[in-house]
Amino acid sequence: MIELTYRDALRKALADAMTEDPSVILIGEEVGRYGGAYGVTKDLIREFGPERVIDTPISEPSIVGAAVGAAMTGLRPVAELMYVDFIGMTMDQLGNQAAKIRYMFGGQIGVPMVLRTQGGTGRSAGAQHSQSLEAYVMHTPGLRLAMPATVADAYHLLRQALRRPDPVVFIEHKALYTMKETVDLDAEPLPWGRAAVRREGGDLVIVTYSRQLHYVMDAANRLAEQGVEATVIDLRTLNPLDFDTIRERVNAVGRAMVVSEGVMTAGVAAELAARISEECFDYLEDPVVRVAGEDIPISVSVALETGSVPGPGLIAETALRLTGKRAAA
Amino acid sequence: MTNTSPIERTGERPGASNSRLPEFYRTMRRIRTFEERVGELFVRGQSAGSMLHLSIGEEAAAAGVSAAMRPQDTFTTHHRGHGIFLARGAEPARMMAEIGGKEAGYCHGKGGSMHIADMGLGHLGANAIVGGGIPAVVGAGLSARHHASGAVSIAFFGDGATGQGVLYESMNMAALWGLPVVFVCINNQYGMGTRIDQATANTALHERAAAFGLEAMSVDGIDVEVVADAARTLVEGARAGRPGFLAISCYRFYGHARKDKSPYRDEAEETAGRLRDPVGHARARLIETGLAAQAELDAVDADVAAEMDATIDFTIAATEPPLASMFRDVYAPDEPEPEPVRTRIDRVLARD
Repeated sequence: MIELTYRDALRKALADAMTEDPSVILIGEEVGRYGGAYGVTKDLIREFGPERVIDTPISEPSIVGAAVGAAMTGLRPVAELMYVDFIGMTMDQLGNQAAKIRYMFGGQIGVPMVLRTQGGTGRSAGAQHSQSLEAYVMHTPGLRLAMPATVADAYHLLRQALRRPDPVVFIEHKALYTMKETVDLDAEPLPWGRAAVRREGGDLVIVTYSRQLHYVMDAANRLAEQGVEATVIDLRTLNPLDFDTIRERVNAVGRAMVVSEGVMTAGVAAELAARISEECFDYLEDPVVRVAGEDIPISVSVALETGSVPGPGLIAETALRLTGKRAAA
Repeated sequence: MTNTSPIERTGERPGASNSRLPEFYRTMRRIRTFEERVGELFVRGQSAGSMLHLSIGEEAAAAGVSAAMRPQDTFTTHHRGHGIFLARGAEPARMMAEIGGKEAGYCHGKGGSMHIADMGLGHLGANAIVGGGIPAVVGAGLSARHHASGAVSIAFFGDGATGQGVLYESMNMAALWGLPVVFVCINNQYGMGTRIDQATANTALHERAAAFGLEAMSVDGIDVEVVADAARTLVEGARAGRPGFLAISCYRFYGHARKDKSPYRDEAEETAGRLRDPVGHARARLIETGLAAQAELDAVDADVAAEMDATIDFTIAATEPPLASMFRDVYAPDEPEPEPVRTRIDRVLARD
């Protein structure tokens, strides 16, 4: 057992993968000498050299495009996009190239690359550095999508992503980098693509992922004090999506809520709520409720930023109303 | 050749004695005839796609650069890339079948004209996004260096792609890192209906590459030997860590795509443009230098025509891919295929 931060776990995953597999390279802005904008790749250039830890000009489309070409010719690149907000810059290389190459070329070749990036609110970083854009990725067939919420998952999901045959977009949460956990990295991790049931309870199921897991767990603890027991599902990967776990738990409990930091309209929560409503219809006692980001840009103002996304208060209050208990005033 | 003074070559050819011109002529004739048959496939309603972009007039670019490449070299092409792939050794029947959306095609009918690829021949893919295939050669160049494979990776694109940011990003990276990469701009004067001088103030495109520190050259694409000579210099330079850029000037004989009658350019321009014919130029030169007699060239043409006729027959006879193959290859073979919508609907509606 060791105590690690989320950032340390990511760095260790990269270092271990690079030690184990000489074809793993890192490519991106500030990944080398600077050590990564959030410090994830700190000192890896010293350990593995500039041929494997490649600092690039500020050219996001070609960073991703170069990773595509490298992945097609025998390397296993980890491209870093400093903020997920920049994904629009890369959407051709990601959505039209990486995601579709295996299919368009009739299965001749895959693109085994990882695009590491980070998103979310929490640093008063404003409208262009705080978004949760995972729906863009989830809406594109061919791209896998991992969003670790815990330190152990930061390590294991990144290691697993680096063994996958298809492109993986790996979205970290900027507010989690300094989070610490005591973890046993030698323990067998959950398989890739499997959701984790973080808590069991018979009153409602809350489906979530990434940083919102921690808000949901906080809310679930408050709910328990008021006699409401929640099952909490941490999806870990959004593609593959472990809907079997969701279906099984929702069918057993009969009530579901989805919590996501992304904006509500046409977001990940919308997709999950639609699927739960369709597939668990006969078991549901109440409508599936989404608790998600407001349909607005994120502000620099801490008050507005915090108010733009779900927090434990709104999650707990919504759960109480959904289960028929009165919201705590 | 230096990094700071790009050169324009206008008439350098090897001596006739060791000329590869007969071989180039055959390659270019195969491209010309293949493209004519693609047009015919479309007219006969046998083409799967309506988006067919012919490279007639651009044959010297394909044949000349291809001649400078080695088997381990890789490349990406643009939407007008049939000729390049053929010159690299593609089987025309499998190409035509792909254009026809048939199972026997290179990509089992999923790619078509604009997404054809073959890893065996180093073809990392044609692209329907202007400039979309360019950055992949930077990655292939990194890979070649990492594996010390000695491979060069070449991006082929049109003058239209010089309006795209990824070209400049990628040229910058290739020059910065000294990658074994060559950028080949086939300047056919038109990006769809917009002539190059309506799209940019400085049409000396190679000067841009020189500004990034690439070895940059510009040649007249009417003469395949001149193209091949420049390409050899640049490709071998790239192999030694000096990435290059080659602008090849030519004329797009026909419209942007099959249905385009080019109303945006006048007939006099087209007539003059079509005189810039690399196939006719090579033929005339072969006869003039005594390297081939007219009858021999006629025999080559007939042979090629028969070969390409057969590609249409092959394509028409070929079968469509099975519908179930629709869900294949979205992800790797060992991964579950995406669940069909019908299956999902059935599950929702199968209520007790």
